[in-house]
Amino acid sequence: MLIFEKGKEGRGLSLLPECDVEVVLPEEKNRRELALHLPELSENEISRHYTELAKKCHGVNDGFYPLGSCTMKYNPKINEDMAALPGFTEIHPLQPAHTIQGCMEVMKTLEEYLCEITGMTNMTLQPAAGAHGEFTGLLLIKAYHESRGDKKRTKIIVPDSAHGTNPASAVMAGFSVVSIPSGPDGCVDLEKLREAAGDDVAGLMLTNPNTVGLFDKNILEITKIVHECGGQCYYDGANLNAVMGTVRPGDMGFDVIHLNLHKTFSTPHGGGGPGSGPVGCKEHLAQFLPSVLVEGTDELSFKKAENSIGEMKDFYGNFLVVVRALTYVMTLGKEGIPEASQNAVLNANYMMHKLKDLYTMAYDEVCMHEFVMSLSDLKKKTGVSAMDIAKGLLDNGIHPPTMYFPLIVEEALMVEPTETESKETLDEAIQVFRDLYALAGENAEQLHNAPVRTPVTRLDEVGAARHPVLKYEY
Amino acid sequence: MGTYIPGTKQEQKEMLSEIGFGSMDELFGHIPDEVKVKGGLQIPDGMSELEVRKKMTKLAEKNKVFPVIFRGAGAYRHYIPSIVKSVLSKENMMTAYTPYQAEISQGILQSIFEYQTMICEITGMDTSNASVYDGGTAAAESVAMCRERKRAKALISATTDPKVLETVKTYCYGNEMELVIVPQKDGVTDQEALRELIDKTTACVYIQHPNYYGNLEDAQAIGEIAHEAGAKYIMGVNPISLGVVKTPREYGADVAVGEGQPLGLPLAFGGPYVGFMACVSAMTRKLPGRIVGQTTDHNGKTGYVLTLQAREQHIRREKASSNICSNQALCALAVGVYLASVGSEGLKNIAVQCTSKAHYMAKELEGIGYQVENQGEYFHEFVTVSETPAEKVLSALESEGILGGYPLDEHRILWCCTEMNSKEDIDRAVSIIKGV
Repeated sequence: MLIFEKGKEGRGLSLLPECDVEVVLPEEKNRRELALHLPELSENEISRHYTELAKKCHGVNDGFYPLGSCTMKYNPKINEDMAALPGFTEIHPLQPAHTIQGCMEVMKTLEEYLCEITGMTNMTLQPAAGAHGEFTGLLLIKAYHESRGDKKRTKIIVPDSAHGTNPASAVMAGFSVVSIPSGPDGCVDLEKLREAAGDDVAGLMLTNPNTVGLFDKNILEITKIVHECGGQCYYDGANLNAVMGTVRPGDMGFDVIHLNLHKTFSTPHGGGGPGSGPVGCKEHLAQFLPSVLVEGTDELSFKKAENSIGEMKDFYGNFLVVVRALTYVMTLGKEGIPEASQNAVLNANYMMHKLKDLYTMAYDEVCMHEFVMSLSDLKKKTGVSAMDIAKGLLDNGIHPPTMYFPLIVEEALMVEPTETESKETLDEAIQVFRDLYALAGENAEQLHNAPVRTPVTRLDEVGAARHPVLKYEY
Repeated sequence: MGTYIPGTKQEQKEMLSEIGFGSMDELFGHIPDEVKVKGGLQIPDGMSELEVRKKMTKLAEKNKVFPVIFRGAGAYRHYIPSIVKSVLSKENMMTAYTPYQAEISQGILQSIFEYQTMICEITGMDTSNASVYDGGTAAAESVAMCRERKRAKALISATTDPKVLETVKTYCYGNEMELVIVPQKDGVTDQEALRELIDKTTACVYIQHPNYYGNLEDAQAIGEIAHEAGAKYIMGVNPISLGVVKTPREYGADVAVGEGQPLGLPLAFGGPYVGFMACVSAMTRKLPGRIVGQTTDHNGKTGYVLTLQAREQHIRREKASSNICSNQALCALAVGVYLASVGSEGLKNIAVQCTSKAHYMAKELEGIGYQVENQGEYFHEFVTVSETPAEKVLSALESEGILGGYPLDEHRILWCCTEMNSKEDIDRAVSIIKGV
């Protein structure tokens, strides 16, 4: 039941005292006449309503969440405690500098740690999400070429295995997109890259490990090809959880990167946000960074970069997410950060190893933090699709892997267990995957109809788009 | 060092050997040596939970929490009902991903559907999306969504919050829309200048209402100028004001956007906040970002899904209306709980208290010789001009635990009152200022 269908006129909370000054209303021409309908409920009703909604959600706390490319690792509780400190939550963003030294130090410290982890020289914490970071990074590339009077660089090279945000961000930044096909091994096809590389190329966007979970061994050659044609190399940090402490994007030749604090650095996804997408860069791009940079040692202050591209959003980024990420990095430290990545890779390889006799692996070799299975063989044999297996997992309390991504693998399921899952959880999940495989052969119909134990069964998405109902009508 | 890895060293070893590796180094053996990190990361050692807690608490204590705040300028301290925090801390919602798997995400999807309904209710618009990053990006996205093949110029009023204006500017730098700033006159948009600047290549006119200086614009007339030229009309609004001030719908706006922070989110040094975006039904398919729709499952039961996804990047790639692929779901949840808690009468009461207290403070400041800069109507912010240097006024207040208004220059201060400021607070502040 919707919240609008609950409660009664006249119910409500007693939140505020009476107005203690003379009441002033806007003049009639500026006064609201339109009726305003909002729920009228007691606090108990509100509390129960949202508790009911919460029961119809699946968070990392509810169970295994091997959602590829999303890094659904455990969200430590100390992070939440620290983000709730009044010394952070009650601070106005426009307070005088001497009253926000703690906030500045949080920003500066995290910037420094993230630079070290990624091999970058500078970092902005302003972007609010991964896609927002991509847009920011691409604008740095744009500003860089323009500053050199190089106006003909209008293209961004994006592999066909890339996330949809990459091409969309490139267009928002005013570039056109050149899509290059991946090689048969799922990695960048060097020949195709050489063909695309020219004096009209502004840059290349890439993840490494790539979207099929493999480390592209030619990475130094790739970034060299792009640099030699005068382009810049952009690292999409979606998969950084595989390589922290082992490899740094900066050392692979990347000039600019974005990170996802809500993936790699353990901050909660919040059901779709708030996240945080810091952008790091090498020295030659630092002059274009947006927002403010923290300067100084004893007395910290904000400074604008010399040729800043401007503001990507209001204020300095999703600060409370930054607080959580700093708490996490401080907790893990120099040994814990690499150990997290090592175990993420171990868990992925363990699961892959235990499934590959049944499920077809898109690329049967050592994977990084995630692996991609292709269910097209199973579909041919039994009619059971990647979607059906995913829905079958729901009935077993497991959040499905990412489905139908990357686009270069048919009937793809992309599995990313993360490092915070125990061997028992992995073993249980492996058994569920194996049972579902067997069920596909025995009773495909049952999987076509899955899920049946969830609050609702499969929903009519076509109908939803054809006859949109996007709000409750009073 | 702290860790969240359940596997013991022994277990790790066993798992490694089960998949054919002797060590972690071997597992990473396929990575070329020349790119590997040598000598470890140069960051401090890890810490126990207690040590981290002490360190972070110390950092928080280096900031000054002001018990009384008269500063707004884009971030507002309002009362946040206890129930808001309680709901936000529900782990199932907080730790979930974007609701792609609708069958196990009905709670989040329904909360967004309810949020969309409430945004439509307060703004009077037809369709709301699931929210975007914040008010600034909502403004920037709204300008981009109005672009048409032959209309690529955006007019934005100089009375817009400078941060919002800067964000719009950055987005326009990216997508190469032309951005022209409409000058201000007496603290509001100069309508004559607007008439001169607008033409048939204008995609949209953007104003903020109440504007950066707290003033109410002649929003109806500006909308008419926009529409006469065939341009879309966007209003950036303060959601609290909508409890009592005319809605964007009533002023004739095509798109309404704004910063949702006043609706249940703490100041938090500027974020996370939440941007709302709503439009008339004719523009629904131009809205960027997530949208939740109602539908039914195979058994005819009502349910909710992400819908109209043909607009979005994961389907359209480079042809998408925006690259955004998330929303501020948890912040949108806060907005929903907040609006459910205050109700329609409550929102109106808060709006009335805000504007009443601002007018009281302005009157009191005028009483001690401060001039209110503009003569028109204002909501809960206003600008004073005085011979006394702003810096002196603000530091006198600061030493008494009061964060004064935002200094616009040496002599002009932008003040803000909300329901949090009691008459006693205001009187105390005014008497301190009088003593400067």
